[in-house]
Amino acid sequence: MSAIRKQLMTLRVRRGGAGEPPRYDAFEVPYEPGASVLDALRWIRADVDPSLAIRFSCVNANACKECVVLVDGKVDYACTARLQPGAMTIDPLDNKRLIRDLVTDIVPPKERLDNVVKERTRKKG
Amino acid sequence: MTREPIHLSTDVLVVGAGGAGMYAAISAARNGADVILADKSLVGRGGATIMAQMTVAAAVGHQAPDHWTHHYADTIAAGRGLCNEPLAAILCEEAVARIHEMDGWKVGWARENGHMKQVAAPGHSVPRCVYVDFLNTGPAVAKCLRTQVAQGANIARISGLSITDLVLDGGRVIGAVGFNLEDGAPVTIAAGAVVLAAGGLTGIYRRNSASANMGGDSYALALRAGAALIDMEFVQFFPIGHLAPRLVGMDPIMWDPFRYKLGGRLLNGKHEEFIHNYGGTDSGKYTAMRDVTSYAIVKEDEAGRASPHGGAWLSFQHVPEKELRAAFGPVIDRLLKNGIDLTRQPVEVSPIAHYHMGGVRVDAQMFSGVPGLYAAGEAVGGANGANRLSGNAIPETFVFGERAGRYAAETVRVGRPAWNPQRAARALDEIRRRSGAGATKPAQRGPEYHGLAKQLRALMWDKVGLIRTGAGLTDALQSIRAMQAALNDETSAGEEAFNLSLQDWFDLRASLTTAEAVTLSALQRTESRGAHWRDDVPRNDPAQEHNQAVALKDGALSLSRLPVVRTEVARQEAHAAQ
Repeated sequence: MSAIRKQLMTLRVRRGGAGEPPRYDAFEVPYEPGASVLDALRWIRADVDPSLAIRFSCVNANACKECVVLVDGKVDYACTARLQPGAMTIDPLDNKRLIRDLVTDIVPPKERLDNVVKERTRKKG
Repeated sequence: MTREPIHLSTDVLVVGAGGAGMYAAISAARNGADVILADKSLVGRGGATIMAQMTVAAAVGHQAPDHWTHHYADTIAAGRGLCNEPLAAILCEEAVARIHEMDGWKVGWARENGHMKQVAAPGHSVPRCVYVDFLNTGPAVAKCLRTQVAQGANIARISGLSITDLVLDGGRVIGAVGFNLEDGAPVTIAAGAVVLAAGGLTGIYRRNSASANMGGDSYALALRAGAALIDMEFVQFFPIGHLAPRLVGMDPIMWDPFRYKLGGRLLNGKHEEFIHNYGGTDSGKYTAMRDVTSYAIVKEDEAGRASPHGGAWLSFQHVPEKELRAAFGPVIDRLLKNGIDLTRQPVEVSPIAHYHMGGVRVDAQMFSGVPGLYAAGEAVGGANGANRLSGNAIPETFVFGERAGRYAAETVRVGRPAWNPQRAARALDEIRRRSGAGATKPAQRGPEYHGLAKQLRALMWDKVGLIRTGAGLTDALQSIRAMQAALNDETSAGEEAFNLSLQDWFDLRASLTTAEAVTLSALQRTESRGAHWRDDVPRNDPAQEHNQAVALKDGALSLSRLPVVRTEVARQEAHAAQ
């Protein structure tokens, strides 16, 4: 397979944290028919820019449901959305609090560290 | 800038919130302990459990008469002489109660005519594996346990908390140190007992069916706390992982359930059956054990008889579409969406790192020998010996999770150690140092260690994978040690919010320690047995029917031989049941 010259496509990825003016980084990523958006995001982290923040766990099974983002403006799982030749734009969910880059706060409130600390202080107090 | 750590205190800290961690938390809480359940991903979402496709083995005897001693005899036979027999007996006996308990919690085991449906899997003498349709065992189990955990009044759940080190005082575990991924805040947790339930190591292999957080955390944390690991050379390669064409939204081990229900035919590149040449049988039936099939596929490839992408063909073309749909319903449509029509084409499969037989050495109470430290689930070594039966991994999470939680709670009742912040200082320093805050290098694009992680996965696959040699293992050991030195010079990308590359640094530290333990153990086992195949010594050596333990001695890993723990009682019962 490595003998086949890899095609490229462009992934525009929204960057920045809460309160920062949004900006987009464009990455030229390898394109193979059938590959997922998550494949490309993981490739970026491993080969170009490890500072890119993304959330995922199960990689390919669509079981953990952690990799939900906006793919060309539509809510989708990065692990099942297919890469398309040409260009695509990836944004964080727009109805959740932005943490950084593509990561939003999808953690159930009771599982957040700050809430656990508050709850335990309240119980003891 | 020095950030004060956030401090929490609890009776029992459970590290890792997959099946084993959640069961441990439930069990510790119902035995009176206050629990913190922490996961670096989301609670009940990360880890391996949620990816389980189908089989959960337990001798509930609904499909056919069965007894746990039969399950035990099959487990021992699969383990090629190396199972810790008391652990295997506990696994098989208590799996029955746990499956019923999960049934009471409405997990939704598949049923027909009022009884639980059970399928046969390779190596099991009767149809013994319960499941949730369709290919939904993992998600259903994870959801069911999440609900139970949420109802436990004394369980605090924390998602996105990376535990980097355990804290010891006077040889006893007194808590842990980590950081909150969302904002990088350092965290200390005082705990009366810690349960390691952070899963296995398959993420250190190039081809794996692991989630992102299966890089050997449990093993590295245990080693650094002074515990011993056992059977580290035995990594299970699942023989028929999906290879081609590219498939998204499905776990690569999904062909296993297809074979349970429909048989299927495994063929080489010439479209001929081949398992019979390696001591197994196929003929459209799924009976050959995992170690044999994996080996056969790799050897066919070596002989130039692989499918186009270097694996084997798996064909269901002889199965009528009606039967396919009856067995797998919506999954058939998901496959069509991926461009795969099973009535018209075979798929390509090949071995994939799937599970680790080895792990933390524990006794029947899941106690590691280091006061205050317990383990559960895949983190535990020994019960499955040199090769694991299909269907034994999920019961292991339930049974060992339940036990670890119960005994951890029990030890806390006796008394809790005092927290000593000074003992946490070194681990906190390490987090600060690696966080990259105030790093002198400009905008750390591409720290070297991301290359190292890739290199490690390739090295483990090529030299410490399915087929090993003494020379290859010696090379690998040298490379791993060089990578450890290289990692030591690195810091993360320096972001504060969701600094995933800081987690990558600690992940890689754990992976390298674990990889070294696997490689060292594989080098010392100069025979072929179960999942450990040495091409330079391609035969079983009865004189090596012992376990190997690895521990840290003066900062270096050292290996020792241990006699296999046998149980006369369990053996007699198994014998009587036959």
